Amino acid sequence: MKQQELERTKEYKYGFTTDIESIRAPKGLNEEVIKFISKIKKEPRWMLDWRLKAFNRLKNIKEPNWQKPKYPAINYQDLYYYSAPKSAQDKPKSLDEVDPKLLETYAKLGIPLTEQKKLSGVAVDAVFDSVSVATTFKDELTKKGIIFCPISEAIQKHPDLVKKYLGSVIPITDHYFATLNSAVFTDGSFVYIPENVRCPMELSTYFRINASETGQFERTLIIADKGSYVSYLEGCTAPMRDENQLHAANVELIALDDAEIKYSTVQNWYPGDENGKGGIYNFVTKRGACRGKNSKISWTQVETGSAITWKYPSCILQGDNSVGEFYSIAITNNHQKADTGTKMIHLGKNTKSKIISKGISAGRADNTYRGLVDISKKALNARNYTQCDSLLMGNKCGAHTIPYIKNKNSSSIVEHEATTSKINEEQLYYCNQRGLNQEEAIGLIVNGFCKEVLQQLPMEFAVEAQKLVGISLEGSVG
Amino acid sequence: MLEIKNLQASINNKSILKGLNLVIKPGELHAIMGPNGSGKSTLANVLSGKIGYEISGELNFRGEDLKKIPVEKRAQKGIFLAFQYPLEIPGVNTNIFLKTSLNSIRKSKGEKELDTLAFLKLVKEKCSELGIDEKILSRQLNVGFSGGEKKKNEILQMKILDPNLSILDETDSGLDIDALKIIANGVNSSRNDKKSFLVITHYQRLLDHIKPDFVHVLSDGKIIKTGCGELAEELEKTGYKKLN
Repeated sequence: MKQQELERTKEYKYGFTTDIESIRAPKGLNEEVIKFISKIKKEPRWMLDWRLKAFNRLKNIKEPNWQKPKYPAINYQDLYYYSAPKSAQDKPKSLDEVDPKLLETYAKLGIPLTEQKKLSGVAVDAVFDSVSVATTFKDELTKKGIIFCPISEAIQKHPDLVKKYLGSVIPITDHYFATLNSAVFTDGSFVYIPENVRCPMELSTYFRINASETGQFERTLIIADKGSYVSYLEGCTAPMRDENQLHAANVELIALDDAEIKYSTVQNWYPGDENGKGGIYNFVTKRGACRGKNSKISWTQVETGSAITWKYPSCILQGDNSVGEFYSIAITNNHQKADTGTKMIHLGKNTKSKIISKGISAGRADNTYRGLVDISKKALNARNYTQCDSLLMGNKCGAHTIPYIKNKNSSSIVEHEATTSKINEEQLYYCNQRGLNQEEAIGLIVNGFCKEVLQQLPMEFAVEAQKLVGISLEGSVG
Repeated sequence: MLEIKNLQASINNKSILKGLNLVIKPGELHAIMGPNGSGKSTLANVLSGKIGYEISGELNFRGEDLKKIPVEKRAQKGIFLAFQYPLEIPGVNTNIFLKTSLNSIRKSKGEKELDTLAFLKLVKEKCSELGIDEKILSRQLNVGFSGGEKKKNEILQMKILDPNLSILDETDSGLDIDALKIIANGVNSSRNDKKSFLVITHYQRLLDHIKPDFVHVLSDGKIIKTGCGELAEELEKTGYKKLN
């Protein structure tokens, strides 16, 4: 590796590429490509029709442009919509059949795919470019009736569940990127937790963009049946490339009566170099429906990567007494931009929502919290608490808070608190005087600032995330 | 331990220390008194390495020129400053702060880092030695602490980090008599022939409990008088004006 590359890799340690022969769909976005994807996935006819319906709709709608971070026009005809490692074409049946090079890649990423790491007790589905490579712990989950598999497999094996729930939270008539995803999505995870089952381990998916000029359009669908519980984690990385790569995923969660879904994201896509060249456009639609009474959906996100992060993991609180939570840390450094937040749609009685957002800006970055709390006429006694804190480092970055509150019910209580602060030189001096260097001091102060959110993450990921927070801000106070 | 020769320090072109000389030997405790604005806190800041000052003159600590050494390295070499106004760091547990601090200092000396259990044992020991309630350790660093709690926390940190040179910047200001005794006890129990102290204070009160080897009067950026314990008593009666 050249010296310069070495330097860059130090900053973003997941920036390597893996030299694996891949199969790609022809470049461009058209019916043929969609048919190609559907065919290679051996999909039933109804799935293809669904995709084509989305594609037809896509032709008549435009990209939204109300967001704060602007980006150059994306040429959708200049992208590959399907890329898969060649060896995965005939799907591996067990880990032993997975291309060792892929396993090596995942080992580099620290993903517990191999047998020895299984001891750590996290079931992992790994998505490399467009296909799922391996799902661990399948047998143990099957015993409990839990389905955790690539969505392409679920389409073939569990068509009734997929038909019933796919698109029921994010319809194909949704906004541009969500509709694009519905037309071309390639893989992702499918989870079904049966009635009254508590999933015994964390379920996890690792997404990795490897091929160049490739968009990643994964689709995740999680259904928690009555009285069930599941905690799900996703992590993301990508190689360093000078071009911007699009990542437009859809994630749908459905919680039925008394069910609970906890969804955590540690997003560390390549953010671009310090001059703002390259990096991932992370335009993701995540939405959960608390469909049953007393159900609960909780989103936790740690967003440290991507050139632009543009997403609003949301909760539709339909069931009476249902609860929606959103805990977010968004860190932007150098030229990174983020416009992120949540939507809490209160429809049922006694519904509650809580929003804790921590935005950190350094370098020339720009960080926007945008959130909607919508309380409908029927949502008697709804409650919301929102807290948005921004932390600025240096004087070239920006932080913005844009809360929207629509309240149509006088019995509701809505609270909003916001603070903006700067990392204080005196605080750093105090830490330095106690023997901590600048990076350690910043790491400590920032982790303190984010504590309420980090606490929401499952143990093993909280440690990772804490480190990530420190790394993302390295060199940001001069 | 510490040798200061003709130390000049200015901030924003304003000259504050104007040729200060001071030698502190191992095992000695020096007190610095002086009117407001005489440069006492500047001296503490400059010794700790706080940025923002223009500095000239000699500043040697255990035979090393301090001037080019950054704050955290000075701390690792055993310079400790008990702050006049300890900083609040929200979200950071006092225990974790102290442990991180102790371990980075230990690491820099090539010593093994303490694990949580060993650390908690040490903290417990020091707390009971000083008569400090352990509860402050599980709270966020200095957040919502009373003035007295903040100062006690500084002394606890001093005890745990076990520095070679401790600088106390008006640690006694605003304390009730019980807290004052805890601070004094913390200093007295740390004194031995290897450790040195520089105690900055306005009042003789603290020096009733801590017996200094030398008392210096700082005025307009210079030490204008040096004596032993009696000098402090004299100052208490006559004030600083007579000395000028």
